[in-house]
Amino acid sequence: MKMFSCRVLSSLMLALAPFALQAQTLRVGLAEDPDVLDPTLARTFVGRIVFAALCDKLFDVDEKLNIVPQLATGYEWSADSKALTIKLRSGVTFHDGEKLDAAAVKFNLERHKTMPGSNRSGELRPVASVDVVDPSTVKLNLSAPFSPLLAALADRAGMMVSPKAAQAAGQNFGVKPVCSGPFKFVERVAQDRMVFERYAQYWDKDKVHFDKIVYTPVPDATVRLANLRSGQFDFIERVAPSDIEKLKSDAKLKVARITEIGYQGITINVGKSEIAQKHALGKDARVREAFELAIDRQGIVQVAMDNEATVGNQWVAPSNPYYAKNVPVPKRDVARAKALLKEAGIEKPSVTLITPTTSDAQRIALIVQAMVRDAGFDVKIQSTEFATSLNMADKGDFEAYVLAWSGRADPDGNLYSFDACKQPLNYAGYCVPEIDELLNKSRTLRDPAERKKVYEQIAARVLKDRPIIYLYHRNWLWAYTAKLGGVRNVPDGLLRVQGLKIN
Amino acid sequence: MLEYLVRRVATILPTLLFVSMLIFGLQQLLPGDPAVILAGEERDPNVVAYLREKLHLDEPLPMRYVHWVGGVLQGDLGESVRSQQPVLELIVQKLPVTVELALLAMTIALVIGIPAGVVSAVGRGTAWDYAANVFALWGLSTPNFWLGILLILLFSVQLGWLPASGYVSPFEDLGANLAAMIMPAFVLGNAIAAVLMRHTRSAMLQVLSADYVRTARAKGLSERVVVLKHALRNALTPIITLGALELGTLLSGAVLTEQVFTIPGFGKLIVDSVFNRDYAVVQGVVLVTATAYIVLNLLADLAYFAVNPRLRS
Repeated sequence: MKMFSCRVLSSLMLALAPFALQAQTLRVGLAEDPDVLDPTLARTFVGRIVFAALCDKLFDVDEKLNIVPQLATGYEWSADSKALTIKLRSGVTFHDGEKLDAAAVKFNLERHKTMPGSNRSGELRPVASVDVVDPSTVKLNLSAPFSPLLAALADRAGMMVSPKAAQAAGQNFGVKPVCSGPFKFVERVAQDRMVFERYAQYWDKDKVHFDKIVYTPVPDATVRLANLRSGQFDFIERVAPSDIEKLKSDAKLKVARITEIGYQGITINVGKSEIAQKHALGKDARVREAFELAIDRQGIVQVAMDNEATVGNQWVAPSNPYYAKNVPVPKRDVARAKALLKEAGIEKPSVTLITPTTSDAQRIALIVQAMVRDAGFDVKIQSTEFATSLNMADKGDFEAYVLAWSGRADPDGNLYSFDACKQPLNYAGYCVPEIDELLNKSRTLRDPAERKKVYEQIAARVLKDRPIIYLYHRNWLWAYTAKLGGVRNVPDGLLRVQGLKIN
Repeated sequence: MLEYLVRRVATILPTLLFVSMLIFGLQQLLPGDPAVILAGEERDPNVVAYLREKLHLDEPLPMRYVHWVGGVLQGDLGESVRSQQPVLELIVQKLPVTVELALLAMTIALVIGIPAGVVSAVGRGTAWDYAANVFALWGLSTPNFWLGILLILLFSVQLGWLPASGYVSPFEDLGANLAAMIMPAFVLGNAIAAVLMRHTRSAMLQVLSADYVRTARAKGLSERVVVLKHALRNALTPIITLGALELGTLLSGAVLTEQVFTIPGFGKLIVDSVFNRDYAVVQGVVLVTATAYIVLNLLADLAYFAVNPRLRS
């Protein structure tokens, strides 16, 4: 009998062995399928989540959005802010065994700048040339001072790929990327899974506790959560706000919430096309002010987001060090809104609000419609598929448009492209020379206190002109098994895999 | 019969040519500039210009069609602009998944739908008939995604018997493959079973009242032979047509079901590609689907010969 139970026990243990092995695989449920896995060409937010495991960057951002070294060990600006010298970590190799040195960094920065279709060339435009000072030092020469550069190097522009692999693969490098992150690429089945395995020679390997990571895109939030609850995933991103209440009572799961670095807002056509002069909202800043005053942001957050967002009125959240405190979130004031409309001589302005078909955007539109009606606005909602709505925005064929931005670590990334004249994301068509001057000035300043002063000046004007009415900053909602430790809440919403561990 | 076959096959090529024009033409009606969508959140003007050139968007429409068809004829369906993977590779990845799901769903549909239809026709007005009709009503009126989510909640979250979603290749692990496919196949098969049941029932009722069935009974044949050999076989013709059409629909991808169960098949591929304006993928997938439809219809026509000897003469 004893013998028998021993045998049963041992066969049971054998049977369980694969599960013990499986515990070393981190299974992550993503909300979308990433685009091409080439940091130079990549375009999507979800792609950045995957890159966090695959491709190390020169710098990273921490929980407080400070720029911290990753592949770099330090940096130094020249006195005129036109040269950035970066010291590189020694002993780092790419997944193909190639050395990561100054020459590789130069190759990568030049690849980012010159590869056809590169999405990084804009971020690195001020970088005129790259010098290899010695094998562990590179010097970036800038055409003009550009303080957001470090933040760009803490994102995809700072990701380094193996020059040898990149040269061999050419345009198709993204099909089988070779970087220097904690995990290396194994396979990808579009819309099904991405499998990476631990890179044994990773420079910070003590912090890597999984042998494998499998990323699975599951677009439906309910299904993503069901997979987590049934134990098929260890971690899921972008949980639906309405599911959070239920999750709180589940002891087997944990929830993380981080205020995003992006925002949700309503872009108003104030000069993109001639429509700007034909509709009340675009024509008259007083009407826009009335529109904003008629909105109750807290109400929107409560109803549209189940309170899983932070009310905001600027391109950065109130908790951000660059938030301009001189322009606080305005309180709802319907009486004042009505007075403003009377002053402008348009007491019943009508507005067509274009909204993409995502549920967030739709809910916002409906709530805003109901709120501003109290002040006299007649809002017509035009629900439009995303690609089409973007096309309309691009052509200026709209009055107001519900549009979100995923955000960048540096405030410049949330502002410049939207408010400087003729920039690609300036759908509002906002163009004020003084603001351009200030925006350009903010890029030359390295001292945060000085930059903040300039942003306060920008806020004072731009938030009065209201090309965009900022509404709130979503919470990144993550849910994961309670056994998973080491989850870091970095506001960029990307899961750092270093330090993650099943307890 | 041979002549008929030759005639049918000869119509395939012009049909495909027409379909290819239709696919290409209709896609151009989609609003929105594909280069702008593909350029991602930043929409760098240089990237937009580059993509426009890469996709031949600056060229006139007929030229772009020629580019595409020229590639297709050489077996090159182009490349996904979003993921850089060749379209052919994507199709080769997804097609087996969709085919497996379709066949499983169809099997479930046939196994449930036809017997249920026969039983309810033979036992017209009995409790069996009512039960089958209730089932059909339920199958037809339950939305796939809702049934799917309920099944996930029951079998994956509550009972933990089946994986909530995902796909495992049958060559990797057949058990895991079936575990992953059974719920989506049931969701799809259930709806089709209902349609098949309704059609089998009405076709059977019609046939059962025909003179030759009365003759067969008068000859003293057993009820089993009358129903299965004489009645069902004659009732099958419309059911084959319907089955082929349903199978064609299944092969074009069951969008919602694939979405809910995260089955990486055609449906998901095509919907994502449409939203991302990944033209090459949309064109490639639709072309393959259209071909599958045409071939299935041909096979259905051939199946009529098999079940109906009168057509053979």
